[in-house]
This record gives sequence, structure tokens and C-alpha cells, in this order.
Amino acid sequence: MHLPNNSPELVCPAGTPAALRTAVDAGADTVYCGFQNATNARNFPGLNFTPEEMEESVDYAHKRGKKVLLALNTFPPAGQTLLWKQAVADGVRLGVDAMIVADIGVAHHIATTYPDQRLHLSVQAGAPSVEAIRYYCEEFGVKRVVLPRILSIPEIKQLKSEIPCEIETFIFGNQGLMAEGRCSLTNFVSGVSTNFDGVCSPPSDVTFYEDKNNMLCSQLGEFTIDCFSCAQGAGYPTICKGKYIAPHRDDPYYAFEEPISLNLFDLLPQMIGAGIEAFKIEGRQRSRAYIRQVVSTWRLAVDSVMQGKTIPKADLVALTEGQKETTGAFRSKKWR
Amino acid sequence: MIRTTPTLRKLLIRPVPIFALQLILSKCIHTVARNNPRIFARLGAHAQKCFLIMPTDMPFVLFLRADPQKPRLLVRRSASEPWDAKISGSFMNLLKLVEARMDGDALFFSRELVIEGDTEAVVALRNALDDMDSTVIDEAAKAFGRPGAIGLKFARKLEELHHAFAK
Repeated sequence: MHLPNNSPELVCPAGTPAALRTAVDAGADTVYCGFQNATNARNFPGLNFTPEEMEESVDYAHKRGKKVLLALNTFPPAGQTLLWKQAVADGVRLGVDAMIVADIGVAHHIATTYPDQRLHLSVQAGAPSVEAIRYYCEEFGVKRVVLPRILSIPEIKQLKSEIPCEIETFIFGNQGLMAEGRCSLTNFVSGVSTNFDGVCSPPSDVTFYEDKNNMLCSQLGEFTIDCFSCAQGAGYPTICKGKYIAPHRDDPYYAFEEPISLNLFDLLPQMIGAGIEAFKIEGRQRSRAYIRQVVSTWRLAVDSVMQGKTIPKADLVALTEGQKETTGAFRSKKWR
Repeated sequence: MIRTTPTLRKLLIRPVPIFALQLILSKCIHTVARNNPRIFARLGAHAQKCFLIMPTDMPFVLFLRADPQKPRLLVRRSASEPWDAKISGSFMNLLKLVEARMDGDALFFSRELVIEGDTEAVVALRNALDDMDSTVIDEAAKAFGRPGAIGLKFARKLEELHHAFAK
């Protein structure tokens, strides 16, 4: 297999300054993180960075030759762009290496106000085609696109030959591919939007309880999402991964997606061979323990492939949602 | 090889007077609070909430209120007081969680960690504790100076041996 000359970048998550330092120390090339507000899609309580923490964290990463990407991957609601503009100004002032944007307005603001600021296109922008990606590159100077998790490796390889920017793909973590950037399911139930408020299944609306059969049940608002037996791995209480009752089925079933995580460990050589420039690990809401284990595992794996060595076996299933993993659409378009 | 079962562990710890445990934990929580003011900023309004922490294999429960003005960690024989959020799991898993050696979501996925009540408060607490540079246990050991450091080193050695034997 033909390998590229440069090792692909390992892009790792950080929900807190301590997590950022853990990611850097565990072998991340680049860490992505966000501010403590709706400008990023992990707007959970207790998570994310104040501008002061971001400044310290950028300094920590830069001193070690690593980069920091600022996630601005939500969409300002009409007439409320001030928060996003402030986040952009703070990011520029603090010297983040790139901004990951989803909204055209935010992209335009950065491109016109701070033309030297490097821009990445978020997966939330949902741009999977040559034409869409070219548009963002030509109009806003986007340097890298994070691809939605709906393309197979051959499709990515083909796409790469036709677009004028770098490609970043997910390799591990949430398998959240239900209309990335346009998911309104959580809004429907909780009134809070993944895309505008930065939070899917807000914890304030989530409850867990044990039913009379000792099943662990998760509930969002007034809707039961799923019930897990003792032998089953549990999942997040998100509607896209909920179980549904339908007239044509005897039992409740996962109509859209099931609690499962993406893990492309076995496909890594093919992914590197396809010339993908950056690999992204998902999980800014996860702990330092997760980051330490996942980042160090993938660091070793990427380095092994680049050195022509066999990838050491690694078992990350204990960290996956529902204790199950999938290669998703990367191996086959019919992945279920 | 000696492997303590939950019941045996309960019996072994039962003679430890609650007031002694309470003295130790009170000193710990004040040291953690003093050295880690960022925890309270991350907790926000949830600092006023009461967390019931229930080690399922121990004969005691803990009540935590991370109020920056007056942090409290109370030991009780049973869940006798009102709480906003409840976190249950084995003692070792809860310990590994606060030491940032185990991922809370992974424990939840494997059903080894159960949360009830105010989910948002639990998420905030988890994130706040995970942002500590050291761990709650290290900080607690610091509260007791040199004896604390020696005690922690001894406890970690014991745990290593336990793991080695378990394998």
C-alpha cells in the first residue's frame, strides 16, 4: 500500500483544561475544544473553557509543538450573532490555530474580519460533496473539511482527488450521523437545540430510573428513550438512538440508530492509504481517563502504520456506547 | 490469594467508627476545596445541591454538598437524608472515578455506575472533578501531610498487589 510522506494529524477532544493537557501528553497532534456557551456543540454543565483557561491551554499546547482548534460548530439563531462574534474575537486574540465553523455567516465573518485566521469546516456543516466543499473553500478560504460519517473509504479517496483542501474524518467515538447539522430531534422534545444551543439531550431534561423488571430506563422530557437489561450495555439518552414501537414489529426496536460507537481501528491502514490528512477522535464530554486511553492507543496505531509495523492489538470496546462498536458507512454503505 | 468479597469488606470496615471517618473526610474536603477553587466555578448553581454517594459494597454512604462557602462531606450508615442526585457503584469504581483512572460514561455503559435524580448536577460534578490537576485522593492525602502521603503510597501498593494477584 502506498503511504503518504507525512503522518496524518491526530485530532483529539478536550472538554476541560486538564483534559487538554492529558490529550497533549498522550500524543495528540492537535486538540479541539470550545468556550463555555452555545457557540460549541458540547455545551454541557461544568464543561468547556473560559477565555482565561483557553489562553493557558493554547500556551501549554504551543510550548509542546501542538495545535489548538476552537470549535465554533453551532449556528447562531436569527439576530443573535454577538456571542459567536465575541468567541471568534477571543479565539483570534488567544492565538488558536484554527476555527472549526458550521455556519456560513460565522465563516463569512471570520473570512472578512480576520482573513489570516485558518478555517476548518465542521462536520455540522454537513458538506459531503465536491461542489459543496469547493464552495466553502472558494468563498471563505476553508483549509480543511471534517467529513460527515456517511462516506465509504473509496468515496473519500475519490473526493480527495477533486477538492482543494485537507480532509479530516472521524475514527473513534460517537456514531452520530443522523443529518449532522440539521438534527432537530432534541429540540422537538426538550425545546433545546443541538445546533443552536449546542446541546443534544440536555442533562436537565434527562432522568434515569429502574422499572419494575429491574431494567435501567432513560427518559428525555416525558419520553422513555430506552430500557436496558442487566446484561445489556447502556447508551446515551438521545432520540436518534432510542427504541420505538411500530405496528409492523412485535417488539420495540432501534428505528434509526442503536447505542453504538464508531471504531475504525481495523480500517486505519486503508484510511491512511487514502491520503486523509487528519483523524478525529470524538468525546469532548468524556473524562481524562477516556482521553488518556483512547489517544495513546491511536497514537501508537498511527505511528505503527507509518513505520510499516503491525498495529498492536487494542481493545477499546469498554469505552464505547452500549459496549458495541461499528465501522459504520466507512466499510459499507449498508452498515446495519 | 485473599480477595475480599463485598460482604467481607463490609464486615472489615464496620468496626471503623463513623466519627473517625467523618473527621478524616471533613479535613479532606476542606483541603480539596481550598486548593481547587475552579471546581466551584464549574459546578455553578449545582454547588448548592446535595449528592448522595453510595458505595454499594460498603456499610456507609456519603452526602456531599460542594458549597464553596461551606463544603460538606458527611458519612452516614444509611441514606437517611434528602438528596438531589444519587451516584451508586462499587467502592473501587467510585474511587477510580474520582481519581480520573476510569471513565464515568464507560462505567455507566457497563451498568457499573447508576445515577438517579438530578442528572445535570451529576454531569456538572463529574466535569468539575475531572478538571482537577491532581486527584481528590492526592489532595486528601496532602491534608494529612507526611502521614497522608505514606498512607496513600501504602494503599496504592496494596491495590497494585491486589491487581497482580487478581490476574
